[in-house]
Amino acid sequence: MSKIRFTEPNREILARRDSIINDLTRLVDPAGLITSADECRAYETDALTAYRKMPLAVVLPKTTEEVSAVLKYCHDTGVKVVPRGAGTSLAGGAIPSEDAVVLGLSKMNRVLAVNYDDRFIRVEAGVTNLSVTAVVAENGFFYGPDPSSQLACTIGGNIANNSGGAHCLKYGVTTNNLLGVRMVLIDGSIIDLGGDYLDSAGLDLLGLVVGSEGQLGIVTEATLRILKSAEGARPVLFGFPSCEGAGKAVADVIAAGIIPVAIEYMDKAAIEICEAFAKAGYPLDVEALLIVEVEGSDAEMDATLADITAIARANGATTVRESRSAIETAAIWKGRKSAFGATGRVADYLCMDGTVPTGKLSYVLAEISKIVQRHGLRVANVFHAGDGNIHPLILYNANDPSQQSKAEAAGDDILRLCVEVGGCLTGEHGVGIEKRDLMGCQFDDADLAQQIRVRAAFDPRWLLNTDKVFPLDFRCQG
Amino acid sequence: MTDCYKPRDECGLSSAIKDAATAKMPLVVRGAGSKSAMGRPLGGYAMSLTTERMRGVSLYEPTELVIGALPGTPVSEIDRMLAKHNQMLPFEPMDHRVLFGTSAEPTIGGIVAGNVSGPRRIAVGACRDSLIGVRLVTGRGDVVKSGGRVMKNVTGLDLVKLNCGAWGTLGVLSEVIFKVLPKPARSLSVGLGGMNDTTAIAALTAALGSSFAVSAAAHIPASIGSDSTTIVRLEGSDGSVAYGARELAKLWRSFGRAELIEGDESANLWLRVRDAHWLAQPMDRSIWRLSLAPSKAPHVLADIRQKLGVRYFFDWGGGLVWLAVVDADDAGASVVREAMANTGGHATLVRASSEMRHRIDVFEPLPPAVLKLTQEIKKCFDPDRVLNFGRMYAGI
Ligand SMILES: Cc1cc2nc3c(=O)[nH]c(=O)nc-3n(C[C@H](O)[C@H](O)[C@H](O)COP(=O)(O)OP(=O)(O)OC[C@H]3O[C@@H](n4cnc5c(N)ncnc54)[C@H](O)[C@@H]3O)c2cc1C
Ligand SMILES: Cc1cc2nc3c(=O)[nH]c(=O)nc-3n(C[C@H](O)[C@H](O)[C@H](O)COP(=O)(O)OP(=O)(O)OC[C@H]3O[C@@H](n4cnc5c(N)ncnc54)[C@H](O)[C@@H]3O)c2cc1C
Repeated sequence: MSKIRFTEPNREILARRDSIINDLTRLVDPAGLITSADECRAYETDALTAYRKMPLAVVLPKTTEEVSAVLKYCHDTGVKVVPRGAGTSLAGGAIPSEDAVVLGLSKMNRVLAVNYDDRFIRVEAGVTNLSVTAVVAENGFFYGPDPSSQLACTIGGNIANNSGGAHCLKYGVTTNNLLGVRMVLIDGSIIDLGGDYLDSAGLDLLGLVVGSEGQLGIVTEATLRILKSAEGARPVLFGFPSCEGAGKAVADVIAAGIIPVAIEYMDKAAIEICEAFAKAGYPLDVEALLIVEVEGSDAEMDATLADITAIARANGATTVRESRSAIETAAIWKGRKSAFGATGRVADYLCMDGTVPTGKLSYVLAEISKIVQRHGLRVANVFHAGDGNIHPLILYNANDPSQQSKAEAAGDDILRLCVEVGGCLTGEHGVGIEKRDLMGCQFDDADLAQQIRVRAAFDPRWLLNTDKVFPLDFRCQG
Repeated sequence: MTDCYKPRDECGLSSAIKDAATAKMPLVVRGAGSKSAMGRPLGGYAMSLTTERMRGVSLYEPTELVIGALPGTPVSEIDRMLAKHNQMLPFEPMDHRVLFGTSAEPTIGGIVAGNVSGPRRIAVGACRDSLIGVRLVTGRGDVVKSGGRVMKNVTGLDLVKLNCGAWGTLGVLSEVIFKVLPKPARSLSVGLGGMNDTTAIAALTAALGSSFAVSAAAHIPASIGSDSTTIVRLEGSDGSVAYGARELAKLWRSFGRAELIEGDESANLWLRVRDAHWLAQPMDRSIWRLSLAPSKAPHVLADIRQKLGVRYFFDWGGGLVWLAVVDADDAGASVVREAMANTGGHATLVRASSEMRHRIDVFEPLPPAVLKLTQEIKKCFDPDRVLNFGRMYAGI
């Protein structure tokens, strides 16, 4: 049933397990070393729960120096390392292997500095995304990227996956909001890239590290740009009798030169699931829903919303409902941000993450429903429409092995479609193991060979997150 | 053999580089070819390669906010095309012709290779933030693509950013793709006069810490003009800009009486900030560009001014300092780098005589572990060291 291949664990490493653990006890605080099967089980998978592997051991260092000591040891003795934040990866990026040590950042969760004059915050990599905004909110500031998983996911994981969120249309994704990192290379050396200023010196290694999925080093600290919050923000719900109308409205808003803070799309299946969960007042008599949020002073929001509303109506919007209170706003976003969780309550699902040109949205949505039907399954669509980053949730029953392979096959077809129309395999969730073997659809051999050489410049022995991102049979060609 | 490759397309570019790699013959890479006086000087090269014949917009979808172009396309051509749809390159690239007294038009490949940005960088990011896709030919002659034409993409390693600001030392770009923005409906500036560096940076900080659509923030000290000018630019819808200007004037009350600057006067002022206009003359001065946290800038400047005669101004709310110094001794390198040492920021020598650029580090020296990575990366893109060898760092 499981389509994704895992490499055979290295027997020699497995045989050395006791001595490796013994050595690790000398490198980290005993409270930060997990070796019992029971406790290791919490680390055997991430949010791609269909796949699991028990790690050799788990270490939870408290300092950059501890991370350095562990990596140096693993490097010198040839032990693989899988970095881990909160384990919310949807692509299996944090799934270990039996011969690998999981290095978790959860104990490195201190805020190191907040500077409102220079507009940055420096944190350890294990700090959660939401707590960054929570720290600076009292002064009216926020951190831009807001993944729906923000309550749990860590800044280190966000950097590794270049995570985005609903408000990235205006504020950009992680890479646009990161000023610097401290990271540890596999040989234990500690480097600083960037800092509390703009545009780091030399090659843009900071830009390279973002989105590298834990393959180049382990990030232990990050300096993030913080921004002053707008005076006000107001989401509006637009219901459409057809998916095409909603898709066209998105394209028309952007084409009119309006960049709202967020444009989120839900189809009928997603609306029903989210409304049942969040009671956000989503209209149930429509085929598609857009949540459009604008920001600014009241007068400015009124003016922008008038323009957007006219465009939505011209595309057949039947429901237009502005949020009238902070409570309504919270409910609208709660519905959207809990979409994956709410879906998980009604079915098992695979979450796709391709990006397509916004002009192709309507076509792609229509094709997706054909693909999923062809595989005899159902789909719910809920995604960031403004930047074309789609999240079809393919619904299936995990207890039926044939359904899981159908869901995976449908997912592959959808991602191939994304590439065919000029898009990509993953907008914000990462390649992980999930899309690893599809890399060849988007990249040819020369592209992959060059990426692999760059990877090897950081980790010549391929010890960091070894089995992720690059097709298994490709790596030796570097 | 000619002394300059002028490939017409990616295929020709690849075979030129393969030739050079086979012959182990280093190449100087140029866009319009106007700016050979930059970076570390490249001595004793038989051959150069220019992308000037690879030009034209390859992709433009106004409704999707994306534009792609071949590397030799003049920036002005891209600007014109975007302007027809009331759009712009967000990062406001500076035009170095003012500083260098040259005339050939800057190309988009050169802008990307230098990660060249302007005043709007603080609001919308640098060139590297707008750049979403590249095609390039490596020093091996391999054609490689990274990123693409969509806004969000984390598929594989980000070689887009790695090549933006690599000064053509890793590969020669054969296509660049950007996300663009609608031009703001309205743009105006709010200014204050008579402030010293410290209070000026404090005023800019207050403005940047507000929610009033600030898209640029600069301070031009009295030593440059007759009086000092501290200015902030607001961009957005009509209403939001008018509202922001009113609110900002209130916020700035303790600093002085704010003045509105609109239309051409405002636009010209920002062109001058963008192009470091005030430092262009006299031509024999060396010019430094310092990137650091804004709150540290006034101290660093005070420190430098105790030891060196300089002309200077601040952009990016104080986070970017432009300095002109006499091109003697070490062009102020030891003073500038010592003053910067504890800030974490970095200093680049943008303009200096070739002799000077040969003698001192043009780019901020890298710590050993980062230098080693940089060398490894150079090696894996360009093992025969044919592309701009030594332009950024000796041996790279
Ligand atoms: C319900 C739900 C909703 C989601 N919504 C969004 C969304 O809106 N937008 C979005 O972009 N993503 C979303 N995600 C995906 C996921 O939350 C993000 O990818 C997140 O950034 C992962 O962070 P994490 O701390 O859980 O990392 P993990 O899952 O633990 O790890 C992710 C990857 O990062 C690596 N890694 C982790 N920490 C480090 C480190 N310190 N140094 C180096 N590498 C490291 C791991 O090896 C792995 O490859 C969602 C996931 C779920 C389950
Ligand atoms: C430190 C520094 C020093 C500078 N010095 C000067 C100077 O002395 N004179 C000056 O006029 N401007 C200088 N500039 C400005 C800058 O080079 C130009 O604004 C712009 O990048 C040049 O455009 P161009 O098309 O003329 O490119 P060029 O000046 O021909 O090239 C600029 C750089 O980009 C590289 N390059 C060009 N095209 C490509 C491509 N397709 N792929 C890969 N690499 C490419 C070149 O090798 C070179 O390193 C400097 C900027 C900085 C930050």
